[in-house]
Amino acid sequence: MIHTVADLHKGEKGIIDKLSFEEIPLALMEMGCIPGKEVTLMQISPLNDPLYIRVNGSHFAIRRETAEGITLVKRLCDEI
Amino acid sequence: MKSKKLNVVLVGNPNTGKTSIFNQLTGLTQKVGNYPGITVDKKQGTCKLLDGSLVTITDLPGTYSINPTSLDESIVLETLLDNENKEYPDLVIVVAEVENLKRNLLLFTQVKDLRVPAILVVNMADQMCRKGISIDLEGLEAILKTKIVLVSARKKEGIADVKNAISNYKEYDVSSLFKISEKIDQAYFDEIKSSLKEFSLYKSWLLITQQNHVGFISEDSKRTIDTFKLDREKLKKYQHKETIYRYKYINDILKKVYFVDRSKGFDLRSKLDKVLTHKVFGYVIFIAILLLMFQSVFDWASAPMDFIDEFFSDLSVWSKESLPEGMLFDLITEGIIPGIGGIVIFIPQIAILFLFVAVLEETGYMSRVVFLMDKIMRRFGMSGKSVIPLISGTACAIPAIMATRNIGDWKDRLITILVTPFTTCSARLPVYAIIIALIIPDERVLGIFSMQGFVLMALYVLGFASAIISAYILNKVLKVESKNFFIIEMPNYKLPSLKNVFFDVLEKTKAFVLGAGKIILAISIVLWFLASNGTDDFTNAEKIVTENSVGKNISEEDLESEIASFKLENSYIGVMGKMIEPAIAPLGYDWKIGIALISSFAAREVFVGTLSTIYSVGSDNEGTIKQRMAAEINPVTKEKRFNLPAGMSLLVFYAFALQCMGTLAIVKRETRSWKWPIFQLVGMGVLAYVSALITFLILK
Repeated sequence: MIHTVADLHKGEKGIIDKLSFEEIPLALMEMGCIPGKEVTLMQISPLNDPLYIRVNGSHFAIRRETAEGITLVKRLCDEI
Repeated sequence: MKSKKLNVVLVGNPNTGKTSIFNQLTGLTQKVGNYPGITVDKKQGTCKLLDGSLVTITDLPGTYSINPTSLDESIVLETLLDNENKEYPDLVIVVAEVENLKRNLLLFTQVKDLRVPAILVVNMADQMCRKGISIDLEGLEAILKTKIVLVSARKKEGIADVKNAISNYKEYDVSSLFKISEKIDQAYFDEIKSSLKEFSLYKSWLLITQQNHVGFISEDSKRTIDTFKLDREKLKKYQHKETIYRYKYINDILKKVYFVDRSKGFDLRSKLDKVLTHKVFGYVIFIAILLLMFQSVFDWASAPMDFIDEFFSDLSVWSKESLPEGMLFDLITEGIIPGIGGIVIFIPQIAILFLFVAVLEETGYMSRVVFLMDKIMRRFGMSGKSVIPLISGTACAIPAIMATRNIGDWKDRLITILVTPFTTCSARLPVYAIIIALIIPDERVLGIFSMQGFVLMALYVLGFASAIISAYILNKVLKVESKNFFIIEMPNYKLPSLKNVFFDVLEKTKAFVLGAGKIILAISIVLWFLASNGTDDFTNAEKIVTENSVGKNISEEDLESEIASFKLENSYIGVMGKMIEPAIAPLGYDWKIGIALISSFAAREVFVGTLSTIYSVGSDNEGTIKQRMAAEINPVTKEKRFNLPAGMSLLVFYAFALQCMGTLAIVKRETRSWKWPIFQLVGMGVLAYVSALITFLILK
């Protein structure tokens, strides 16, 4: 099963494998979403969307549909 | 000849304190203008260097990358590419923040690769110890081939060093840093390099990646650039590769010079986030802040507003007495002074609202509100970023519509612009107040709730509800291309800087006064003309009324107001009111209300003033206007004119109709077409008419 950022639990971390979008937004990469980087799910909005993540030193929020396009290498069960 | 002033531009990510540094460098010399042809604000100021020479500093819009995702951001690219422009920078200051240095360096390396003189200013240096960060400055300077200045804008430290660095602008290295060609497509980039010798390689690459030609480029170069254009997919692939390698390059540098001792970091962010984005407390706190904000907007503003009101009416009376009679002086005393007063009176409310918005933005809280509200707003075709405009709309739709600029997605933004005027703005308040007082008994329900207050609250709810429902409908109906996706930075929490808040409030209030003010003033003058000129009966009003009143035992004061009322009836605006009477009679209105409706087009609050003239009350005293209005009888039904059905119908009409020229003008400016403001005017007008008609028919 493929894990994406949307599958992470609050506080969980993962390593970005690739960005699988039909058209990857350049801005997302420029904010730090680069394959190989560790991503941490900081908070989930009370209504389950958007997701607040930390990656490559940046903190930002994206919608679930975007998070589903960021696939992860493996899960590190590493609570912060 | 004196040499021209140096041009220095500030570039940087949002939330780095770039504006704080700009404020420190320029202070009160700053001005906000516009870039030619577009509505992006251009902030410029003058900075005095230590040797006394003056330089021009421009604060470019905040951006994460030189590749633009919005109109504001494209200014950065255009400024840096157009070296024929007289405002082309002699020096670029890239502002970075100590904690987000990695992401900030992405932009820095892009700027540096354009081979313009660029220095790096690292802000919030005072936080380094607390966060356990240390930087090998000399090492970093050597690798980046630049000057690095550590500052802490909040504590005003390091500003002198920035000024010194500006003085030495000639000494900086202008070689590029990142070798774009090697990793991506050596052959392709080598080709570019040899064909476009006039530009740096990175500049050529940026020129190729843009859809339109940017800046001043010779026809020859344009043709050459066009030969290198890539298909969409390949272009994206190359840009992605570039970003990946650029980050890799930055990571490798930072490994050598940037150290973080995590054990020292005190994590304020996650502690505050836990509470402020909590599923219960998050919303409770947000609602509490909103309530406090509304309370302040109406409470704190009432004293200065009363003062302004009094001042302008005194000024009007004084000028009437002291200026000689004549058309021009009438224009001043009855057109211009009340017109300006009508604008100035909104300054307190608008400034207080902006104060709240500025503080919430400065602290980083606004991003959390967007985070909390996005899902809810999306159901209605908007974005979390629409919350701020909708809140601002309760003071005035004009600044609220300007605040939609940071909504990236065009469809979300358009819908927000279209529905914002439904929210109950402060100009509707005086209208509501007088009609409610007239038709709703001053009684209490269950001993606590005032009936009148309840109706007023219902009107606020009606405003929000109609904004949200129409957004929902527009979302289903509108076919608008938009492909921007949602991303919002969650900045660190910080204490707001007084200086930043002050300049922000000042600048936005000024924009309101100058932008909306011009229109309100112009319309006031037109209305004044229409009300002070008219048919033959208008010219002979004094004679006719005096003759009619012979033997009727009328006091001089009453006679004067009779004349004023007769004049208004026969003025052009009175004639217009009578002309539209057949159209508004089904709603329960007569020509007098028609006049008020027409004059409300400048600004809604004119309603009360117009009524006071129509019902021949000498002063603006609400009590007296109310009595006259209450005594008004409908000649057909023999009932009171302002009975419950007509009054409610009028309330509903004012809740929905877009009676605000200022809003129309700003929507035209922001959407760059007349299509949307006309759509809004007609749509809201039809809705207002139909709902008012239904209200009247049901209650009759």
